[in-house]
Amino acid sequence: MRASLFITCYNDTLYPETGRAVVRLLERLGVSLDFQPKQTCCGQMHANTGFRPEAFAQASRFVRMYQEAEAVVIPSSSCIAMIRDQYPGLILELGNDKLHQQFQAMLPRVFELSEFLIDKLGVDDVGAYFPHRVTYHASCHGLRALHIGDRPMRLLSKVRGIDLVPIENVDRCCGFGGTFSIKNAEVSSAMLSGKVRDVLSTRAEYCTALDNSCLMHIGGALHREFAATRTVHIAQILASTDLRPAEGMA
Amino acid sequence: MSQVVLDPRLAPPFPKAALPVLRNPQLRKNVAHATDVIQAKRGKLVAEKTDWQELRNAAAAIKDDVLSNLGNYLEEFEARCTEAGGVVHWAWDAAEARRIILDILRKEQASQVIKIKTMTSSEIDLNPALKSAGIEAIETDLAELILQLGEDEPSHIVVPALHVSRSQVREIFARRMGLADLSDDPQALTAAARTYLRRAFLTVPTAISGANFLVAENGSVAIVESEGNGRMCLTLPKTLITLAGVEKVIPKFSDLEVMLQVLARSATGERMNPYTSVWSGVATGDGPQKFHVVLLDNGRSNILARKTERQTLRCIRCAACQNTCPVYRQTGGHAYGSVYGGPIGAILTPQLQRMEHAQSLPFASSLCGACYEVCPVKINIPEVLIELRARVVNQERRRGVRFFDPMYLGMRVANWFFTDSRRFRFAQSWGRFGLGLFTQRDGWIHSLPGLGARWTMTRDLRGLPRQTFRDWWNARLKEGQ
Repeated sequence: MRASLFITCYNDTLYPETGRAVVRLLERLGVSLDFQPKQTCCGQMHANTGFRPEAFAQASRFVRMYQEAEAVVIPSSSCIAMIRDQYPGLILELGNDKLHQQFQAMLPRVFELSEFLIDKLGVDDVGAYFPHRVTYHASCHGLRALHIGDRPMRLLSKVRGIDLVPIENVDRCCGFGGTFSIKNAEVSSAMLSGKVRDVLSTRAEYCTALDNSCLMHIGGALHREFAATRTVHIAQILASTDLRPAEGMA
Repeated sequence: MSQVVLDPRLAPPFPKAALPVLRNPQLRKNVAHATDVIQAKRGKLVAEKTDWQELRNAAAAIKDDVLSNLGNYLEEFEARCTEAGGVVHWAWDAAEARRIILDILRKEQASQVIKIKTMTSSEIDLNPALKSAGIEAIETDLAELILQLGEDEPSHIVVPALHVSRSQVREIFARRMGLADLSDDPQALTAAARTYLRRAFLTVPTAISGANFLVAENGSVAIVESEGNGRMCLTLPKTLITLAGVEKVIPKFSDLEVMLQVLARSATGERMNPYTSVWSGVATGDGPQKFHVVLLDNGRSNILARKTERQTLRCIRCAACQNTCPVYRQTGGHAYGSVYGGPIGAILTPQLQRMEHAQSLPFASSLCGACYEVCPVKINIPEVLIELRARVVNQERRRGVRFFDPMYLGMRVANWFFTDSRRFRFAQSWGRFGLGLFTQRDGWIHSLPGLGARWTMTRDLRGLPRQTFRDWWNARLKEGQ
């Protein structure tokens, strides 16, 4: 199986350890990965903030870049939601028929990481070992745009040594929302404080999710208050083995 | 509480309007508690319907049919309602609707009117107009009465006084009704309201109502409610004026079968609401002998003309989106600066204002999608929010005034970086250098200037790692060779 990794702009820049974990995990499962060096961003930030021509410029780059890919794997559910829910409208409004056809041909080959593992590779036990208490935060886009269902929990529940604890109000947003966290910083912070309370009452060591964006938000507050819980992307848990624990963890 | 402004033309932008609420623990407790209760009831009653998704599809289809043939259905309603003895008026905007209603009231020589179930009257600022014409408006919905006596404004579509606690209601009633020793027992409070309102029901001969549905095929009007005060308002006066947005029309009486099911379960978590009033025109010797319907456009045709935004007009005002919204949960309704709060308000209000006002509202959402999931008529609110954001941005760009605005400037620069991987790598290096200046010894950023301060006010940010993922990948490729 060959796949192309779209790492996303913010994972590339802010969370390279997540990308390294995806590489380690997928190569362990026998996937041959490539990395398009020209990749940047899917355009979500511009689209969600109302900058459509810019979003389209980035979207059309993405569509052209992954024409030939057998599968595109993205460790971020909100970028997948951007591609599935917003690319069609952008291309219809600002693109042409050719781009639309290219997009339609590519779309079924684009996967979020947990979709790729379960739907494409057909595995839920990836052979991981992570002896920690973990709670799973369901990011809104995974939950409601991708209808990701129990895929992440199926993967996590097969990790050896893990102590999975459910979180209250699992379907409630953490308040990140991209530029919402800046434009409406106070309301966003109020939403975050409720989420942090729910995370902390699980007494988990790690809070994990499909998206580093939610985790950057939750983790930023946890770090601010010297809380006992840290955030870690699901790829890092799934990549972790008894011989090679996740990076940066004792 | 009287500093609340529910006029989109005057209200402060959402982030600013939200601040006083965020600092009000009583209000936040009330809102969180009330929405939790309604949501739990809704969840239970939706779960017992095995055909809920089919019902949603049917409700959306009925509304879409209406929106595609709106003119025909409205004319059909007008014809049938007129045959049944009603008088139908058409109002293009708020000013015309106010003028029509005031003309009717002057002809009736009304000095008082009783009102029920009409958010649309708030939309057109009817009460201030009545007041300047020397006509006293008496709200008869219990929650609206509480707000009117407390000189407060509605904060929820279905439960307008949701932000007011029982002890606050006691205080308002005691003060305004002159009942010094009133207790805060719910029965005592409702008994006080009943005594107060009965007098109005029995003495005021003119009423104004809203409408949940207008039935085209037989000219009927339907109103659903919980208290029975609406029933009194609709049956006791001699003259009844119903004010309704044009999108309230439905084709057939049998469509109520679908609409009433989804409305009651979504709005109050009931299988059926306690009072459903349906009437057609006038009936000699029974109920109001003069009946007027004012059909209000007020921006709705403009919404209808837009492909993505059109679905906004499917709304049946159930407030399920409000109850589930994590933003509304924090801010309550007043921050939205309009009688329509929550996610539906965030898309409806700016469109009714023709995008001149309320421009902060489409941005007052984290786009979490919870609203879309519960909407009984399947309005894709996040999709409309994004569309409206684009309209706001396009409009601001055309005006040219935001060229150097940090957000607009930043977005243009970011796009320049994102459309070329060499430029992107350059941005990554300079970003690391720039943020490095703010990164503490623990590798984290605790404080940033400018827009970044909006992040660091409550959140740390991990400093940028030395090596980007792509640099690691490239180094690994080289090693492998």
